[in-house]
Amino acid sequence: MAHDHAHDHGHGEAAHGKPKTTLYLITAVVLTIITAVEVWIFFIPAIKESAAFIPILLVLSAIKFAAVVMLYMHLKFDSKLFTQLFVGPLIIAGGTMIALLALFGQLSK
Amino acid sequence: MATVASSPPYSAAAAKAPSGVWDWITTVDHKKIGQLYLYTAIFFFIWGGIEAAIICAQLAKPNMNLVSAEMYNQLFTMHGTTMVFLAIMPLSAAFFNYLIPLQIGARDVAFPRLNAFSYWVYLFGGIFISLPILFQVAPNGGWFGYAPLTTAPYSPEINIDFWVLGLQILGVASLAAAVNFITTIINLRAPGMTLMRMPIFTWMSFVVQFLIVLAFPVITIALFFLMFDRVFGTTFFLVSAGGDPLLWQHLFWIFGHPEVYILILPAFGLVSEVLPTMSRKPLFGYPVMVYSGILIGFLGFGVWAHHMFSVGMGPVADTVFSMTTMLIAIPTGVKIFNWIFTMWGGQIRFTSAMLFAIGLIALFTIGGISGIMHSSAPADLQQTDSYFVVAHFHYVLFGGAIMGIYAGTYHYFPKMTGRFMNETMGKWHFWTNFIGMNVTFFPMHFSGLLGMPRRIYTYDGGQGWDTFNLLASIGTAILICSTLIFLVNFIRSRKHGAVAPANPWDGASLEWSIPSPPPEYNFAELPQVTSRYPLWDLNHPEMTEGVDHSSADAAQVEAAHATPMHIETETRTAKELGIPMPVNTAKPVVAAFLLVAMLSGLLFYKNGSMTIALTLMVGGALAFAGTMYAWLYAPLEEEH
Amino acid sequence: MSHYTTTGLDNRKIALWTFIGSECMLFGSLISTYLVYKGRSLVGPFPHQPWTDPATGQTYPAILDIPITTASAFVLLMSSVAMVLAYEAVKHRHDPKVTFWDKVFGNSKLWLSVTIILGAGFLGFQSFEFTAFYHEGLTLQRNLFGSSFFLLTGFHGAHVTLGVLWLMSLLATDIKRGLGPKDAGTVDLAALYWHFVDVVWILIFTLVYLIE
Repeated sequence: MAHDHAHDHGHGEAAHGKPKTTLYLITAVVLTIITAVEVWIFFIPAIKESAAFIPILLVLSAIKFAAVVMLYMHLKFDSKLFTQLFVGPLIIAGGTMIALLALFGQLSK
Repeated sequence: MATVASSPPYSAAAAKAPSGVWDWITTVDHKKIGQLYLYTAIFFFIWGGIEAAIICAQLAKPNMNLVSAEMYNQLFTMHGTTMVFLAIMPLSAAFFNYLIPLQIGARDVAFPRLNAFSYWVYLFGGIFISLPILFQVAPNGGWFGYAPLTTAPYSPEINIDFWVLGLQILGVASLAAAVNFITTIINLRAPGMTLMRMPIFTWMSFVVQFLIVLAFPVITIALFFLMFDRVFGTTFFLVSAGGDPLLWQHLFWIFGHPEVYILILPAFGLVSEVLPTMSRKPLFGYPVMVYSGILIGFLGFGVWAHHMFSVGMGPVADTVFSMTTMLIAIPTGVKIFNWIFTMWGGQIRFTSAMLFAIGLIALFTIGGISGIMHSSAPADLQQTDSYFVVAHFHYVLFGGAIMGIYAGTYHYFPKMTGRFMNETMGKWHFWTNFIGMNVTFFPMHFSGLLGMPRRIYTYDGGQGWDTFNLLASIGTAILICSTLIFLVNFIRSRKHGAVAPANPWDGASLEWSIPSPPPEYNFAELPQVTSRYPLWDLNHPEMTEGVDHSSADAAQVEAAHATPMHIETETRTAKELGIPMPVNTAKPVVAAFLLVAMLSGLLFYKNGSMTIALTLMVGGALAFAGTMYAWLYAPLEEEH
Repeated sequence: MSHYTTTGLDNRKIALWTFIGSECMLFGSLISTYLVYKGRSLVGPFPHQPWTDPATGQTYPAILDIPITTASAFVLLMSSVAMVLAYEAVKHRHDPKVTFWDKVFGNSKLWLSVTIILGAGFLGFQSFEFTAFYHEGLTLQRNLFGSSFFLLTGFHGAHVTLGVLWLMSLLATDIKRGLGPKDAGTVDLAALYWHFVDVVWILIFTLVYLIE
């Protein structure tokens, strides 16, 4: 007879806790605020023309990116494997992008 | 106390299995799919070889007129495209398919139907991109398709469109398979098979799948840009609009460099299986072999512009890429040494498989040396676009990848078919191959350094190249004979070879613990793995004494000796054993066909035949969506 | 039908994250191309500056409309919120629902529908934008900006479209037989895909629209 073992209690999936509704809604508010800030500083010439504008935007987007990935895509609560499967390609993609920008002279301002 | 039962040849289960054409068309069994890849890829290897033979015949003497310049362009373009995408990658895929589940102790891959789909997309895509040469409209812009040559103003005809669409189709096959194998290797390893207990072939294949996942999307985008430029008039590579042809080169080589590691790592993996078995010694430095493979994969994304040293990127870029290229030679060289140390002190059996494995070590090293010479940007300015490069990559791809694949074929043929390939013919094959390969490609180092450019359909005599070209053509003739010997051996041995037992080479890994050929379900009982060399721990404990067993391992090995590892001798069918098997289904082949039909609609669109174009594209897309829907809602296995 | 797995995780989830990894490179190439060609178009219209054609005298406005795109970005962001609520609702379908808010948040059909509507809304914004740009003179073929912008956002829009279709088929199943905890894994696949598509837009919004 078959001797397979059933091993698929999905960690986190079937595990019953309370729904994280409050966390998600708070995150939604934070994401909205950050988006609003991003657009707001776009319309403030003093900030927009300063050298800090792009770094600020990049940081704010990175926070939004991380929030959605870690919380909504629940990387934070899942097996580390998924984080590895995502972060590896992300690093390679990011590195390649930076290299291409450098090679085409878009990084020397 | 170990019981190693020798399994009967042609286990009853295999003999009873239905084997009509329809069974092969609807199969989702990784072993059958692996064999489909193998036969198809051997066919395309011959196809690409004929293209090469014509090229070599044309170049044998100065100013020959065997083929026109235009035909010559089609020949070298298709030779490269065929060998890379239709021969070497699918030959590797044959082994991924056949071996990976067996080596990790699984019954099949994670997504058997997706697996079949990948094969059929490869077959139909291969036909799509190969037929045009018979009508003299084959792609003619080189296998790397540089813009702006391949853009509409310079290549208005349909040839390049076949190339763009064909590669997109083939990319789908590879990407789907990569996702499949990554999931399989992560999630279907038998109990006790940690990542560091996996056979090296599976490890190298694992790295390769990630290379595919990361590299193929880049060429997908590059091809979309080229296609849009050609069909819809976008400006990506249009210089008059400010477009930069170098964008194509960068995007192509960001894919193209990892691609060459995709081509070689599986062969490295196969050699890493053959060498220890045939030396009766564990692989020297297993962890280092794993880490160097991973490092090669990772660093492989940082060297691409060494294909572009002559385009004028500037000294900083040239230097950076020179250094990363030199760096990547280190993990590669480490493997060579580990293989040599594996053989050192071993009791070596010079089977055909072993000869090819040793051949890879020797010839890849030569290819690696010319590679290191390329890595210096100033030196490369002389070598680039000359036959020196042709010599380099044929040493690493023919002397490397192909020889490794030959090694794997001789080694695993008994497992797949239950019969040995003929060893005498194997040795004739090896020596003619080795000699032929060197006679063909070694002279190219010289003609290259003496200035012979690539991709010229003829040349004037008296420039110092004549002898070298003649030698290359003679070598090609030897290679043709050699390949014939292999083909005869391969075909005859399937029915007439000596019968082979489960473990004909006294191998150490799980694939050798099941009958040859394996029953449809592979393992009646999922094996409990307690070591990196399960069968040697069982049969030859003295051989694995020196292997680093962790204390947990050692205890388990002790326990394993108390309760012997299960050697599979089961010959009943899956049904009799109550093992649920995936059902055969035509959905993958239908979906593959529709995918190709859908994309070929673009050819008609560009041509102006709107009715046909829209029928194919829209109708094809709808039918494809319907097939996918039916596929996703159909259960994989019989209901029970 | 449960099968042995090494990690205890769902095969399909591993496959989807691997696929998402490949999508990082796909969109990475598209975004890189856009950024590499930024500022290199020889003729307008341009994203952030108006332009007068010296040859014809025709004026083109700055093409990108930040307020409208902010609205569409917000819509897509909120669709991710709805998606995550839909997933939770499916997972906790059998939990007792006491308060009014329990019932609201526990209604998977509601949140799937909201996700679909918001996703379709985003696509509506995109269609509106693209048509407006077209009429203002920005075509695929006009300049590097047109080619790289439309291909980048077009690929993204195609991904959103496929996501909407996927969600619609999930909603259909929910209506037909109800989605419960045993479907959580399947719904999670769609959710992860959807969130990733949203995350890509977060990057595009900043790199294309906000940075000049």
